[in-house]
Amino acid sequence: MSAKAAKKTTNSAYELDATGIYYRDLNELIHKAVNDGQDHIILRNVNGQRYIGGSVTRPVTIDIYGTPGQDLASFMRGPMMTVYGNAQDGVANTMDEGTVVIHGMAGDVVGYGMRGGSVYVGGDVGYRVGIHMKEYMEKVPVIVIGGKAGDFLGEYMAGGLIIVLGMMSEPDDRPLTGNFLGTGMHGGCIYVRGTVPQWKLGKGLAPQPLDENDRNKLTRYVTDFCKQMDLDAKEALNGEFVKIVPYTHRPYGNMYAY
Amino acid sequence: MKHNYQKDISGCGISGFINRDGSRVSGEAIIASIGLMRDRGNGLGAGFAAYGIYPDFKDFYALHIMYDNLMALDRTEDFIKEHLHLEHQENIPHRHVPTIKEHPRVRRYFARPKRDIGEEQAVHGLTEDQDQDDYMVKVVMEINLNIPGAFVFSSGKNMGAFKGVGFPEDIAEFFRVDEYSAYCWTAHNRFPTNTPGWWGGAHPFTILDWSIVHNGEISSYGINKRYLEMFGYHCTLLTDTEVVAYLLDLLIRKHGLSKEVACRALAPAFWEDIERMDEDEKDLNRAIRMVYGSALLNGPFAILFADRRGLVGLNDRVKLRPLLAAIKGDTVYMASEESAIRTICPDLEKVWAPKAGDPVIAELYPHVEI
Repeated sequence: MSAKAAKKTTNSAYELDATGIYYRDLNELIHKAVNDGQDHIILRNVNGQRYIGGSVTRPVTIDIYGTPGQDLASFMRGPMMTVYGNAQDGVANTMDEGTVVIHGMAGDVVGYGMRGGSVYVGGDVGYRVGIHMKEYMEKVPVIVIGGKAGDFLGEYMAGGLIIVLGMMSEPDDRPLTGNFLGTGMHGGCIYVRGTVPQWKLGKGLAPQPLDENDRNKLTRYVTDFCKQMDLDAKEALNGEFVKIVPYTHRPYGNMYAY
Repeated sequence: MKHNYQKDISGCGISGFINRDGSRVSGEAIIASIGLMRDRGNGLGAGFAAYGIYPDFKDFYALHIMYDNLMALDRTEDFIKEHLHLEHQENIPHRHVPTIKEHPRVRRYFARPKRDIGEEQAVHGLTEDQDQDDYMVKVVMEINLNIPGAFVFSSGKNMGAFKGVGFPEDIAEFFRVDEYSAYCWTAHNRFPTNTPGWWGGAHPFTILDWSIVHNGEISSYGINKRYLEMFGYHCTLLTDTEVVAYLLDLLIRKHGLSKEVACRALAPAFWEDIERMDEDEKDLNRAIRMVYGSALLNGPFAILFADRRGLVGLNDRVKLRPLLAAIKGDTVYMASEESAIRTICPDLEKVWAPKAGDPVIAELYPHVEI
């Protein structure tokens, strides 16, 4: 496949028809546009191309129409990315900064090892979302999920924030979160709108009520999420939330070493 | 063999769809779908299964056999002539493909057992069809086990598997997959990890009408293999996935389990989840685990399997491999990636990620006869 993209520059936006373009060629074109000083990139007819927005380090705007492939926004630092469609697996792998807004659903391992920035998913997410997320000083990654989540949410989580709203989901009979929630979690925080039975939680975790600090954080991110998704934040915030955090900083400290 | 060393980190890719109204379409769609996920494989295996492709011979078992040498061919054809009534035989039509430097001889035979209803059938109260199916399983096992260099890679009625070493588009080109017309298609793009990339080891794996394509690895292979040997199934194709084809035949065709229950045996509920079920479910799930413990598939998998009536997608219990399902009209699609479905059907009515361990079962409409 050759990079015979129908490139168009309309006003200030750099527009690209991604039909049939191999992922490497597509990403080269994106990086070139970013390096050439383009601030707004519109990708149309994206279907399955991997690593889109990967390693882009300028705060450009990237709009994606279609179904982007694996590892969307991996290692990304800065861009404001919007996906009009569903995303596949590995969104925001090791992402550092910026925002990814997905109007559809997302697959497994969203935010794997994520270090900063925000991922907003309108619909459901798959399994192992937020696995190995971490935070350091002012860098606190955030994932907000409008729908429901599969098993192993926040597995090995070391930092950051995950919010599950459980509002836009299909099929309806799916539970709010899956099993093994927060297994191996030793940092960070998960807020769930609704109830989570104790047996679904990983060892060393307990659902807790929110305090004022939690409420403030929740309001801030849910409001921002709803703004991006064009939803009523009041309705989203109007519900019982639980907080899931590890009960000590090192819940597994005695597991291997002593 | 030329290898592409500049490889992407990846896993296998699978795709399949069924037209529930039984309408048949050419292989072009499935080739495009699996082709979109080219980077999930590394050129060391690909294949297709197609249902409804041999309407002129639909009452005969279609044996697809690959031969490494002429000695294997002679011995196999002698064996076939001795045990089967042969309606028609020919080379499987294929094209020369530059990227496929060498390939086994590929032939197909439309045949059925010579013998009439046997004593065994009378003793066990089997129907004639059941008896013939059992006989054909023995024929396949006998060839694969005892004739060096001969491998039966397809043995169902009105269906066929086409597979080999190459990328999906190469194997499709080689076997002229676009020229067949089927109501159910599956495809595989292989990235072999711990078993050899050879022609017999490409997916799908089949026995009778069953075909299976798999992304992942079956770490319970040893247990499953020994379990199957007790029932006369012999694993000869050096790849873990082979056990799944025979397990399906054993559990569903021989033991009469429904597809739902068979899937529950392959990917059973965790004991702790069983404890939370109501009493009936508890009994059923305990019974499945106790009776079919050796059929449990351990390790990561996303599989698609099919028979003449349906297509089923199933994940391992903790979802270690991706699987998407989608619907448009009478067609149900399943694939490793949504984009592989969108490339052949952009305007889907419904897309979802099946829950780990819960099968997606798509069958022909009951009134559809094939």
